[in-house]
Amino acid sequence: MDDLQNQDEKSSGRGSTRREFLTQITVAGAGLSFAPLIVNTETKVPGSQLSVIQPVNVTMVVNGTKQTLTVDSRVTLLDALRDKLMMPGTKKGCDHGQCGACTVLVNGRRINSCLTFAAMCEGDEITTIEGLAHGDGLHPMQAAFVKHDAFQCGYCTPGQICSAVGLVKEGHAKTDTEIRELMSGNICRCGAYQNILEAIKEVQAVKLI
Amino acid sequence: MNELVGKPVDRVDGRLKVTGTANYSAEYYPKNVAYGVIVESTIAKGRIKNIDITTAGKAPGVINIMTYKNSMNLHFPQSSDPGGGKYAEKDLLPLQNDRIFYGGQAIAVVIAETFEQAEQAAMLVTADYEKDKPVFDLEKNVEKAYKPVAGLGGSQIQMTRGNTEAALQNASVKLEETYTTPVYHHNAMEPHATTAEWNGDQLMIYDATQSVMGSKNLMAAMLGVEPEKVRLVALFIGGGFGSKGFSWPNTVLTAMAAKLVNRPVKLVLKRQQMFTNAGRRTQTIQKISLGTDNTGKLNAIKHATTSESSFVDEFVEPAGVATAMLYSCANADINHSLVRLNKGTPCPTRAPGEAPGTYAIEAAMDELAYKLNMDPIQLRLVNYNEKDEQKNQQFSSKNLKECYQRGADAIGWAQRNPKPGSIREGNYLVGYGMATATYPANRSASTAKAVLFPDGHAEILCGTQDIGTGTYTIMTQVAADALGLPIEKVKVKLGDSSYPKGANSGGSQVSASVGPAIRAAALGAKSKLVKMAIADAGSPLHGQKEETIIADNGQLHLINQPDKGETYSAILNRHGLDKIEVLATTNVSTRQQQEANPAAKTGAEAQAAQESKSNPAVQEDEHTDRKPYSFHSFGAQFVKLRVDAQLGTVHIDKIVSVMDVGKVMNLKTAKNQIMGGAIFGIGMALMEETAYDPNDGRVVTRDLAQYLVPVHADMPEFDIQFIDKPDTIISPIGARGIGEIGITGITAAIVNAIYHATGKRVRNLPVTPDKLL
Repeated sequence: MDDLQNQDEKSSGRGSTRREFLTQITVAGAGLSFAPLIVNTETKVPGSQLSVIQPVNVTMVVNGTKQTLTVDSRVTLLDALRDKLMMPGTKKGCDHGQCGACTVLVNGRRINSCLTFAAMCEGDEITTIEGLAHGDGLHPMQAAFVKHDAFQCGYCTPGQICSAVGLVKEGHAKTDTEIRELMSGNICRCGAYQNILEAIKEVQAVKLI
Repeated sequence: MNELVGKPVDRVDGRLKVTGTANYSAEYYPKNVAYGVIVESTIAKGRIKNIDITTAGKAPGVINIMTYKNSMNLHFPQSSDPGGGKYAEKDLLPLQNDRIFYGGQAIAVVIAETFEQAEQAAMLVTADYEKDKPVFDLEKNVEKAYKPVAGLGGSQIQMTRGNTEAALQNASVKLEETYTTPVYHHNAMEPHATTAEWNGDQLMIYDATQSVMGSKNLMAAMLGVEPEKVRLVALFIGGGFGSKGFSWPNTVLTAMAAKLVNRPVKLVLKRQQMFTNAGRRTQTIQKISLGTDNTGKLNAIKHATTSESSFVDEFVEPAGVATAMLYSCANADINHSLVRLNKGTPCPTRAPGEAPGTYAIEAAMDELAYKLNMDPIQLRLVNYNEKDEQKNQQFSSKNLKECYQRGADAIGWAQRNPKPGSIREGNYLVGYGMATATYPANRSASTAKAVLFPDGHAEILCGTQDIGTGTYTIMTQVAADALGLPIEKVKVKLGDSSYPKGANSGGSQVSASVGPAIRAAALGAKSKLVKMAIADAGSPLHGQKEETIIADNGQLHLINQPDKGETYSAILNRHGLDKIEVLATTNVSTRQQQEANPAAKTGAEAQAAQESKSNPAVQEDEHTDRKPYSFHSFGAQFVKLRVDAQLGTVHIDKIVSVMDVGKVMNLKTAKNQIMGGAIFGIGMALMEETAYDPNDGRVVTRDLAQYLVPVHADMPEFDIQFIDKPDTIISPIGARGIGEIGITGITAAIVNAIYHATGKRVRNLPVTPDKLL
């Protein structure tokens, strides 16, 4: 298990392609290995009135890599990312679209991945927190978050960053008040809001994205 | 040498957090992992007559369903370590019998191949109950209150001095008011999560906890296995705020489930379950009585708190303890009462006691100031104290007057019209408010290991954890300074129970507890290196005196001859060593009780104790005479806000917090902490409130759409300032800890500003718009 302790060293310094990320997880969990990507699903619930559940094939491009999955039709995009593709950078905070921790970019638009079924994402381009950096270079928003200390525990951070990237691209938040209003779907319980605002303003000001 | 401590350096784990590569407890993927989902009771009191798992058991993917009928027997924990049970035990013995003590109590765990399958099957578990009438309303049951003997860890909660009743009767000016706070829920962003895997009788647990050591020991005790066979890891924790300081049923249930199905199991609480199964801040009813002479000098303070506990355990929210030492006053009566209710056990929430307590006392002081026709700051200055009159000890360091002054200047206090309701801007009524902030400075024993490697980098190992406060970062700064290494050459490893025992993340104590241990271990390692060089004929430093040698940037050299020296790597390589290791224990505690079991030191602990005897940094620290002192941080909170005269909505324009917290270790993370505390206070003051169904006592506001917390749009402008004077008595690093003081006083400052804006005094939090119309 000692290798576990090296996880942050081994995974630091890169914004992980999926292949690298999976490698890191293998390293991180010496003695652990992958859960099956595809789990057999059944179609009947005995003795209940619940509707029949179908396995669904879906192909999406996640951080530039084509992924074909067969998933239970109830699997959200969030759970597909976290538990099927083992990309846990996207966080589950409430599973009800109320906290924003699960925000990812779908075809460039920010959405709550917990309110989106994986099956709805056929042909979509998904960008998660793991897909923002290029090699060793952080995405400008990621760098600005570090510089301005725009987080504490880090759990809402992937969602805040994806939301902030989406916000800047939307191009209609000009004032502090507008930025605050349009970031209000992303809760930070540690309370790094002021620093998140500073990070977003810096990225906006220098037109880095 | 350029000191790193105090510098606003970026978080060392920042890159991991912004790239999504920091792994939290649900983010491990052991082979063949199964998913667990908790089924909760739908009644608040009674017993299970029959639990039907037949349908659920046949649902696709279900591996097993654990109820009290097939779950393993747990053992009653005896530890008194924080987070180690004793005061949080019975909630933690889930699925042991058919009895129900609170709504939402775990009655089953469904274990299935996938999360979706477990969720679905959980909905198919049904139970018939024999219902009893639950007791859940604090206000309707105050006559059932009793006086608990002691608070958390045996702390004093019933305190008197002088004759308060007589002094109140003789007071020229008297104020008697009751202030209430509702139930609050922590709602850390990361839901409580556990991944557990048995390997024979060895147990590996990844758990979202504020105490890897406490949780490990608790799990071992409850599961009846040797502590050495349990390893608990929490490299990253998505916030805690007290809720992860106790272990809740989810952790042990995951280990029990993994045993039952003989597979690794992952179990994450749903956000809804965090309102029933993960603690809360109790409701409080606080009666404050103040008596003064005509000049505003206090001669009587009474602070009587009634709060809730459960039928399965006792927890006291010590709301009055700060009042006991906050102002100079000859007569004081601080007491706490509890009413047992059919709810889960409450637990510490960011500044337990001080957060609701400073709301009540500081709102009362504001009312008193208006009654006396005095400036609220002046009233506090008239009653300023230089010593803790309850303990009859001087403060280790107190610079509160400077906090008041700087805060007043920054908010424009002197320029305001003090008359309530006097400032209007269009539709808005503008108000200014202030209050005193305070939190005790805690410290407990900690052990750390420093390891120097031949390639010139060092590692620090300590079984504490970083719950988001910045512990990784500031401990790297401390270690780099002590080792004479640049920050990138030091790797601090925390969050693993296999490391030497560090403090739990509670009571704002990690910096003051762990920092000195890490510093001592690092200084010890450096000293070892210096001694090796001096004794080595091959070293340019051979035969020199230790005190003439300094360490800088990975090199040892003579103070007066910087070119005479060599690198750490050269010394290690010449001696053929693959590392130098030093353990240090700083056994210092500011608490009333020492560790429960100080004698039972074995293995690494015994070695650390032995090594520490010859470590000058430990010896100097442990021999500092702390008996004459009371350790507290102080601060001043100032608020400017606007109230919509027609709608009753409150928007805070500006918050100024000036904090006297000893040495500021990292200005960047420190400001963030204080801001975060203030934002928690905004939630307390204006929006947060857990509502219970008046018919059956179950939580109604069970998600983040109904339990409102502050969001971006609620944010004011912040001006966070520090006095930054090291407290050299509490520890050689001079820091007093800042995780909690930020939330103290702020709620009162907001409520006081609302009074100034509107002339309305709201004594029942939160101040929602309906209360201002």
